[in-house]
Amino acid sequence: MTAILADAPAAARWDSRRRAGRFLMFAAIVLLCAWVLLPIYLLIVNALSSPNEVTGFPKRMLPSFDTGSISFFINFAGVAKALWNSILVAALTMVLSIGIGAPAGYALSRFDFPGKEAFRFLVLMTRAFPLPLLALPLAVMFIRTGLDDTPVGLAIVHTTLALPFAVLITFSLFSGIPFELEEAAWTLGCTRLQAFWKVVMPLALPGIAASAVFAFTISWNEVFAAAVLTIENRTLTAFLLQSLNVSPLYLKFAGGAALVVPALIFIFAVRKYLFAMWGIANR
Amino acid sequence: MTRSKALPYLLLAPATLFLCVFFLYPFVLVAHEAVTRDGAYTFANFRTMAEHWKFPATFWNTMLLAIVVVPLQLVLALTMASIVSRVESGRGAILYIFAIPLGISDLAAGLIWLAIFEQSGFLNTWLVGLGVADQPVMFLGYQSKLSIFVAVVLAEVWRATAIMMVILVAGMGLIPKEYGEAAEVFGASAWKRFTRVTLPLLRPSLQTAIILRVILAFEVFAVVAALGGTNLPVLMGETYHWQFALQDRNVAAAYAMLILAISIGFTLFFLYALRVPKEARP
Repeated sequence: MTAILADAPAAARWDSRRRAGRFLMFAAIVLLCAWVLLPIYLLIVNALSSPNEVTGFPKRMLPSFDTGSISFFINFAGVAKALWNSILVAALTMVLSIGIGAPAGYALSRFDFPGKEAFRFLVLMTRAFPLPLLALPLAVMFIRTGLDDTPVGLAIVHTTLALPFAVLITFSLFSGIPFELEEAAWTLGCTRLQAFWKVVMPLALPGIAASAVFAFTISWNEVFAAAVLTIENRTLTAFLLQSLNVSPLYLKFAGGAALVVPALIFIFAVRKYLFAMWGIANR
Repeated sequence: MTRSKALPYLLLAPATLFLCVFFLYPFVLVAHEAVTRDGAYTFANFRTMAEHWKFPATFWNTMLLAIVVVPLQLVLALTMASIVSRVESGRGAILYIFAIPLGISDLAAGLIWLAIFEQSGFLNTWLVGLGVADQPVMFLGYQSKLSIFVAVVLAEVWRATAIMMVILVAGMGLIPKEYGEAAEVFGASAWKRFTRVTLPLLRPSLQTAIILRVILAFEVFAVVAALGGTNLPVLMGETYHWQFALQDRNVAAAYAMLILAISIGFTLFFLYALRVPKEARP
């Protein structure tokens, strides 16, 4: 290419254009990062300011690192229980969706059998449905079975949200582990279960952990079903939603921060697997 | 051998059973609830829903939000994805930052933008500080529907662009680099390469991203609740209102059916509009 662009002005023009392009790119990256990060920062500033500062005007751009808002939030009636419920429901969702989803993902990656496409269709179909609406009929079903207003009941709804992801992620995980490894283990005298446990599992574990974290995040963040299905045992999202009209600003912002900060950590933990989750959505 | 023939079905059984009991069956239930009242089949629930004074505003708010939000997100997601797939150093960090909103609850996103838009919030601080406004403006009051709408649009674009971005980045990774390079050799500008090479080849991912996003757009709920309360009624919010405040499960079910019908309608539309011709499939 350089030989063709021998004449100097053209080369200089090319060069300045490239530099302009690179500058533009850099500016766009900075701008977009600010677009994502600044709003979160502002919420954190509010959460780390005293209640008076939060309701006061004008606002300062730096937090005063006053724990007034946060301690008010933590000590507010019902918050501690809501936090605990959120964790409990999310943990149950995690266990359910991996426990049910991972075997299905393994079956899809290792076997060819009649009905495989039908199952894949069933899983993909869940995406075309507004799943939180499931909470309406399930509310009735749960009252009949005694599951209403329990963490287990809500975890079941959240599992329908998380299960398709668990199946698809584990499917792509197991597909990435050569079948030959398993076969080699069989020839060396392992049973199918032993081969899976000793050869496949260690390789798949980080990915399974990531999809577990993702399932946890889905449940942790869900609002509609949580608000419909829980009354006494409200999760943090349900609690915040139902107290929107009555709670002071500093409670809202401290609550918002309590929702956001764990989510930041979760996404950081699974960042390597984001593509396994969504890349396969293309097929 | 017979064991290994049964094995895949044994492995799939729990997931299939779970989805049938907690996904397919409940949708049958809610459909049934929507078309019955006190045990008799009727359209009364839909009529009650449609004749309520709030319904037209609810319906059009939701539609308008989707129409405004989704194209904005598409452009932003394409920009972000192009940047991520072109940048050489720091790709991981940029991708992580762009993907952060993916893990943030819609309620939290609403609260985040509440911190900016509320009357003593940051936007007013800046406006007064710059001398644009003399005193704090009330952006989220019941009389300012337009600024509530703008705030909801911003919060939605901020929150849910990441999901499209990740799908598009994955899709761009599947496009062989040679195509773009060949176009460059023939003198195609960067913009031409994007519109004539990348976009057509990106169609399957675009389809996935748009369908997913449109469905989520009709589920908009907590962002609106946090920013507008009941001043900007949307379909999901009204569903919740009928279920809880008005204690009328049947009308709530009718709302659910409406949301479902709109979602399926748009899914089918985009499946058709963005279909990949058979001869163009790899």
